[in-house]
Amino acid sequence: MIVAPLAALVLAACGGGGDAKAAGGDGGAATSRSSSVDLTGAGATFPQPIYNKWFSDYAAKTGVRINYQSIGSGGGIRQLSEQTVDFGASDSPMKDDEMAKARGGPVLHVPTVLGAVAITYNAPEIQKPLRLTGDVLADVFLGKVTRWNDARIAALNPGVALPAKDILVVRRSDGSGTTYIFTDYLAAVSPAWAGGPGKGKEVQWPVGLGGKGNEGVAGQVKQTPGTIGYVELAYARQNRLSVAELRNAAGNFVSPSVETVAAAAAGVAEKLPPESDYRLSIVNAPGPNAYPISSFTWILLYRNQADPVKAGKLVDFLRWALRDGDSTAVALDYVPLPEALASRLDQRLAQLAPASAQGAK
Amino acid sequence: MTELAAPARTAAGAPALGTGIEGSPVGDRIYRVSIAAFAMAVPLLLAAIAIAVFAAAWPAFRTFGPGFLTSSRWDAVEGAFGAAPAIYGTLVSSFLALLLATPLAIGVAIFLSEFAPGWLRQPVAFLVDLLAAIPSVVYGLWGIFVLVPLLRTHVMPFLANTLGLGRTPLFSGPAYGPSMLAAGVVLAIMVLPYISAVAREVLLAVPRSQREAALALGATHWEMIWGAVLPYARSGIVGGVILGLGRALGETMAVTMVIGNRHEIAASLFAPGYTMASLIANEFSEATGDLHLSALMAVGATLFAITLVVNAIARWLVWSVSREGAP
Repeated sequence: MIVAPLAALVLAACGGGGDAKAAGGDGGAATSRSSSVDLTGAGATFPQPIYNKWFSDYAAKTGVRINYQSIGSGGGIRQLSEQTVDFGASDSPMKDDEMAKARGGPVLHVPTVLGAVAITYNAPEIQKPLRLTGDVLADVFLGKVTRWNDARIAALNPGVALPAKDILVVRRSDGSGTTYIFTDYLAAVSPAWAGGPGKGKEVQWPVGLGGKGNEGVAGQVKQTPGTIGYVELAYARQNRLSVAELRNAAGNFVSPSVETVAAAAAGVAEKLPPESDYRLSIVNAPGPNAYPISSFTWILLYRNQADPVKAGKLVDFLRWALRDGDSTAVALDYVPLPEALASRLDQRLAQLAPASAQGAK
Repeated sequence: MTELAAPARTAAGAPALGTGIEGSPVGDRIYRVSIAAFAMAVPLLLAAIAIAVFAAAWPAFRTFGPGFLTSSRWDAVEGAFGAAPAIYGTLVSSFLALLLATPLAIGVAIFLSEFAPGWLRQPVAFLVDLLAAIPSVVYGLWGIFVLVPLLRTHVMPFLANTLGLGRTPLFSGPAYGPSMLAAGVVLAIMVLPYISAVAREVLLAVPRSQREAALALGATHWEMIWGAVLPYARSGIVGGVILGLGRALGETMAVTMVIGNRHEIAASLFAPGYTMASLIANEFSEATGDLHLSALMAVGATLFAITLVVNAIARWLVWSVSREGAP
């Protein structure tokens, strides 16, 4: 039991290292070691459950095995840059200087599913879902709004009895894509935040406690009255946390859900130029029903693939995931891409394939 | 095995003894060389680790200079890094842990070696040792779900209000729960078995004649322990405390889960803090910038250096205590 995954790992490592040499005629070798892994990837932890489900479904269907290590977005980008994996995965798009450092040339960003960040709080006195705007939320996390019954919160929640208590901010202590999406939003809606902590996977927080992981933040919030924090939407739903409604760019208060997050992506996707590189931020998206703290998560791959067989397999997998992976995504509390965007990506991937598709067949 | 045994059986008496001492010269040499290689491997490995860590940390040290150790700013977005709060937090939480754990551990050790009836000694010693076998993430979870709420609702208000310590800076400020105090308490429980196990063994090793001499001079049971047994065991107990300190300095997971992870130096033990090990564990996987990565390696190098210095001081302490204690 212990030996089998280890062997797979070792083989995967060998496969990764021997790419260049095996690039020519790998067909025979691939069939001879049928128990080994065809593709290896590494990166973000947020989409790991859905990726693993997709990989196992895909392996059952086609026999193509994909090994994914959820070592974090940063690690995924680094391993892709050093070409130790076939694809990377990240919750935040690569920066230009990171793109420039990638050894294998231009990197493509392929959005796979959508994620969102939910604002969770512990104030049993508040009966209805708390309503907030972006700038009030930013000021809470900046330590400028410090009481639950602050006039600005009260103005957004008429008729709600707000507790006369201090607000205790809880945020992630570990670097994470969730923090990136959240701070990306705060920087978009609050000049004070953009000029202060800024956006990143970890920022210098002016106030608050740091919890490790979604479970660390949620644990703190659940236990301590008066707290406010942010967690991934899927995590908040699975743990039935109280979630705040946020005012979006159109002026409506929306709570995070599959529909509202998809609406945010749809609003942005409509206006996308044809040659977009898909390094898109969809925070504070337009659209009457769009949830404002939404984001893509991406699979990263090189445009120029050294190994046509692997490239073919990777592209085939991505097209399958975009086409047939929706129902699994919803079952696992992920938000699938809007139909229009998925079909655009499919066409784009199909263009990529020709050189490689022959090798795969 | 059988081949080795054969000559001894055939050549009985003196000749067999002779071959036993001299052995085969070639075999001896192979043995000596391989043993020396094993012994050398440890310092070489240590040197390799030190070189790798310091080389990776160099860009951060060069960029920030000594300010890296004194600055409290840790801003990954702007690329400005200073590790002072983490250094402070590591030292304070470890010191607090020793302060809480040492008297308790020595008490446990004295009870087990001097007072406990035979049927109780083994089970209790086993349970204390078992504390060392619990994974640190379990301590962390226990800390989050049991210790932190307990501290917030009972211990902290008691210290601050009932005892009136809230007026001193050490126990002031709001009681959130996750704090330097929580980290210190969790660490104390984690290092207790190490200190206690060493102290117990050392106390049991005190010669019987030492005790009998004290009793013969008319000492009570307690005076015998205080005047004859503890001084004899002193250097060993200090060694055990140092072992505990080493564990506390490097502990990562449990501390990360209860310390609050705020990059700030606060006088109050109720305030959240940070440790060097937690900082690395939190940020390493998502650190993409070269300088950020280097800054984390620099934190690792600093932790490495502090551990070395602390251990050197400890060695010196054990040495001076044992020299003092010698008749």
